[in-house]
Amino acid sequence: MRFSTASSPHWFVGPSVSQLMRQVLYAMLPGLATLVWFFGWGVLLHVAIASGAALASEAVVLALRGKPLRLFLGDGSALVTAWLLAAALPAFSPWWITTLGVAFAIVIAKHLYGGLGYNPFNPAMVGYVVLLISFPLEMTTWPPVNPGVDFASSVQIIFSGHPAEHLADALSGATPLDAVKTQLGLGLGITEIINGPAFGLIGGQGWEWAAMAFLAGGLWLVMKRVAAWQIPAGMLGSLALLSGIFYALDPQAHASPWFHLLSFSSIYGAFFIATDPVTASTTPRGRLLFGAGVGALTYLIRCFGGYPDGVAFAVLLMNIAAPTIDYYTQPRVFGARRD
Amino acid sequence: MSTVSYSQIVRDGLWTHNTGFVQLLGLCPLLAVSNSVINALGLGLATTLVLLASNTTVSAIRRWLRPEVRIPIFVLVIASFVTAIELAMNAFWHELYNILGIFIPLIVTNCVIIGRAEAFASKQSLPKAALDGLVMGLGFLIALVLLGALREVIGQGTLFSQAHLMFGEAARGMTLHVIPDYRGFLLAILPPGAFIGLGLLIAAKNAIDAGWQRKASQKTVNLQEIET
Repeated sequence: MRFSTASSPHWFVGPSVSQLMRQVLYAMLPGLATLVWFFGWGVLLHVAIASGAALASEAVVLALRGKPLRLFLGDGSALVTAWLLAAALPAFSPWWITTLGVAFAIVIAKHLYGGLGYNPFNPAMVGYVVLLISFPLEMTTWPPVNPGVDFASSVQIIFSGHPAEHLADALSGATPLDAVKTQLGLGLGITEIINGPAFGLIGGQGWEWAAMAFLAGGLWLVMKRVAAWQIPAGMLGSLALLSGIFYALDPQAHASPWFHLLSFSSIYGAFFIATDPVTASTTPRGRLLFGAGVGALTYLIRCFGGYPDGVAFAVLLMNIAAPTIDYYTQPRVFGARRD
Repeated sequence: MSTVSYSQIVRDGLWTHNTGFVQLLGLCPLLAVSNSVINALGLGLATTLVLLASNTTVSAIRRWLRPEVRIPIFVLVIASFVTAIELAMNAFWHELYNILGIFIPLIVTNCVIIGRAEAFASKQSLPKAALDGLVMGLGFLIALVLLGALREVIGQGTLFSQAHLMFGEAARGMTLHVIPDYRGFLLAILPPGAFIGLGLLIAAKNAIDAGWQRKASQKTVNLQEIET
């Protein structure tokens, strides 16, 4: 059988919004499964709470704005925001943290700016940052790996906010980045810190595998051209470069480049957060620059800022810069004169 | 200059041309000091007093003002009133003065004040200019206090906390715990909360205006129907 290509005009069938969103959700599945495996049922519960809250707040705002409910609710964009935020939350934080964050992300960060496609800031990260600066205690209490909490206790912890007595110790740990920051402040060297209990082969125990799973999902997104390769490349590249320089200067005072690269939030941020097509740059060179900016800011905040991690802040800061970057990196139209 | 009626001045200052919600002038103190009702009240009252005094003075000396040097004169007038009020606050409400800090002397640079002097007081009769200064100041005060109340309730669940700074020790009991056992929502107290809160208040005002307009147009339609 022969399919001959007729002459133009051709009918172009691009992927629809809901297709793209569904692919992002699929790509998150391996990562989420790994998180559930290492950090317990809480992750799954938060994904469920976040999805419910996202759909509810999306429906309310759509009704207020007089938009067709089925079309916009069905496109999956609210679910993507919900999942992206839920995966970044501590596994046993109370239910109202998730609900508030998602509602803020959907109502204020997305719809008040005009809805899908008009929001200048990544909604999931706006929700995350709002929670981080408002509730620092809840947002930095991460469970250690394999907390050993069964499903019923997970439900009880998340909805009542009070863990049962014997579980209280099981629920407070530090993220690897947090541990590095506080213990460097105490005057310990990197080699001592890395050999501590929270650390695995390269990054944090458990975290490195979650990062790997999200890396696999992210690479699939890049292959499917849902995510532009320039953004993760730029971000991880600049992060590696900066951390490499500082590591070469003083390997005891700065964590190694591979530690930075394989920390969960770097991979997650590079492939799933920074690549949001609405809020990132849209030109090829611009995307590289955008990614590099996110990576550099992440490194600066991690090492010299007040917070142990800075991906969320870095992404938001570069979101504001994206229109300017796009303006100065417009590709030359083919055949147009070079100025 | 067209003549403006007194009722028009009051309506403009409090609602249609409200400095906080419509003209969006003097946003720096509006956003920075509105983290509690008492702070907002303190700065709002100080600004209102300065606005009243500067508008009255500028209107009184408008015949002798040469246009070439009018702006430096305005600034001198405003700065002298601000200095007087700053010293008074330092003497009588010292703690509140410490909290408001740099924003008291910065009233000099509040664009509402020089804006009213230039656009209104230098062209209108003394009573009108004085009334304009008063209601424009009150409009700013209302915006400040509304935003302050919104941020205080959402941020820490109280109203009128630290009222003793302004009204003396007897007012300590004035603090209302609107939401008991509230664990606080820090974002509302932090600077982003000021921007988001102001945005929401402006949206609410626009929604009210739109509602009135709809009602008014319906009324005219009904009248036309009756006439025909």
